[in-house]
Amino acid sequence: MSQAAAIEAKNLDLTFETGDGAIQALRDVTLEIGKGEFVSFIGPSGCGKTTFLRVVAGLETPTGGEVRVNGTSPDEARRDRAYGYVFQEAGLYPWRTIAGNVRLPLEIMGYSKSEMAERVNRVLELVELSGFENKHPWQLSGGMQQRASIARALAFDADILLMDEPFGALDEIVRDHLNEQLLRLWDHTGKTIGFVTHSIPEAVYLSTRIVVMSPRPGRITDVIDNPLPRKRPLDIRDTPEFLEVAQRIRKGLRAGHSYGD
Amino acid sequence: MNRVLPILVVLAAILALWYVAVVPMNAGWTIAQAERAGHDLTFADVVADTMNQDRPRLPAPHQVAAELKKTVLDTKVTSKRSLVFHGWITLQSTLWGFALGTTVGIGMAVSIVYSRTANMSLMPWAIISQTIPIVAIAPMIIVVLATLGVEGRTVPKAIISAYLCFFPVLVSMVKGLRSPGAMQIDLMKTYSANAGQTFWKLRLPASMPYLFTSLKVGIAAALVGTIVGELPTGAIQGLGARILIGDQFGNPLMIWSALIAAACLAGALVTIVTVLQSLALQRMGYAR
Repeated sequence: MSQAAAIEAKNLDLTFETGDGAIQALRDVTLEIGKGEFVSFIGPSGCGKTTFLRVVAGLETPTGGEVRVNGTSPDEARRDRAYGYVFQEAGLYPWRTIAGNVRLPLEIMGYSKSEMAERVNRVLELVELSGFENKHPWQLSGGMQQRASIARALAFDADILLMDEPFGALDEIVRDHLNEQLLRLWDHTGKTIGFVTHSIPEAVYLSTRIVVMSPRPGRITDVIDNPLPRKRPLDIRDTPEFLEVAQRIRKGLRAGHSYGD
Repeated sequence: MNRVLPILVVLAAILALWYVAVVPMNAGWTIAQAERAGHDLTFADVVADTMNQDRPRLPAPHQVAAELKKTVLDTKVTSKRSLVFHGWITLQSTLWGFALGTTVGIGMAVSIVYSRTANMSLMPWAIISQTIPIVAIAPMIIVVLATLGVEGRTVPKAIISAYLCFFPVLVSMVKGLRSPGAMQIDLMKTYSANAGQTFWKLRLPASMPYLFTSLKVGIAAALVGTIVGELPTGAIQGLGARILIGDQFGNPLMIWSALIAAACLAGALVTIVTVLQSLALQRMGYAR
């Protein structure tokens, strides 16, 4: 396996045993994500996109195949603080201020007081939440809460950011704004991002590569290299190149559906 | 004002019902006395008499109020006739029982949440413990403690009080400590947090709203436990003892004034916990 890869998965299988029998959440998933890439995972519910992200994070254990994160096992990678995880819900602690929430992983990892303060300031600035340090989560809008949760994932300087439908619960206008911000953040931090989404435009707008998945069993049906340039204004979404990529994803999603016709 | 008015209305309704009930409850004695003396009574005479008997079946509110004034305000608090003195005895045991019950309840909840074995073994017994009448257990606790050489009644009363108090705290804390969702637990996992960190930084603070709600029930239960503990144990001090002595000596005024004093004490204790709750949760940022 090559050194430059941030995430490598080889013939990954994951079967859940449930009351109604076994469910194949992932079958034979092979994928390599290079350092600094922005890879989106798209597909209908049950296609294993979230499961794949959880396997990378070591939150699920695959039943077959191999996964390496920065060349090590997911558990080791987690101990090395290789990744930050952003969930669909912001999941901020209501009893902590915004700064307190961002400080949470730093406290657990045992940073010094001054280092914590410095990092909290820096990441809050990065997600444009400076000045909200002492607010409690309920005083912030949904979009701001999600930004705070991204700041929390960034606070300990992981190279990899795993994002599981982070903007899925937000309205379209807020989502556009956060997409722009995330792209900018990715551009100047050079992080590797794995991004699960339901939205075709979001996937095309953000990613360098798009992984199309389909359910029963969860598998990869297409991997699309995104030809769009690194700098992307929002109106790039009206260009023919953009629409072409979107078209290809749509086709991939349709082909992957085992139900219907 | 909007919060006080409904309470006053209910209080007025209770007092009105009480006064109405006094007449039929006490009329028998009035009529019997009059027949013996050969008097004829009008309805107004009966009503007037039922309101001011020495040993009424049901004392009228103003009689209870007068008795309360006599035993609370007009008696020195160090006197054995002062309800403040007896209330203080009961309060001490209640607070000890509350502290003990809360500690045991939280301790058991933590072990139940963290240990499957404790969950399967402790929980059924905790539930069974609450189905046993406390009056049946109280004398046994006294006897056992006396055998062990424990002097006085404070400790046994506190234990009986804790016996009632720990259960609501236990149930709420189990729920509170388990309230963080799968996502919150996963988040801690992604930080490689150890069990202690997950407890102190996530489970414990998340359980605080549950804890305070249960403390309100718990402190009232602790008071009830103490009073029950004073009944069958031959205690001569405390509000429970006043109720028992009043009963034995046919002095309903003593029973009722002790009852009202206990109700006021319970109300005060619950109010204090409520104030502490809103202060603590506000400080923690829960309040909006």
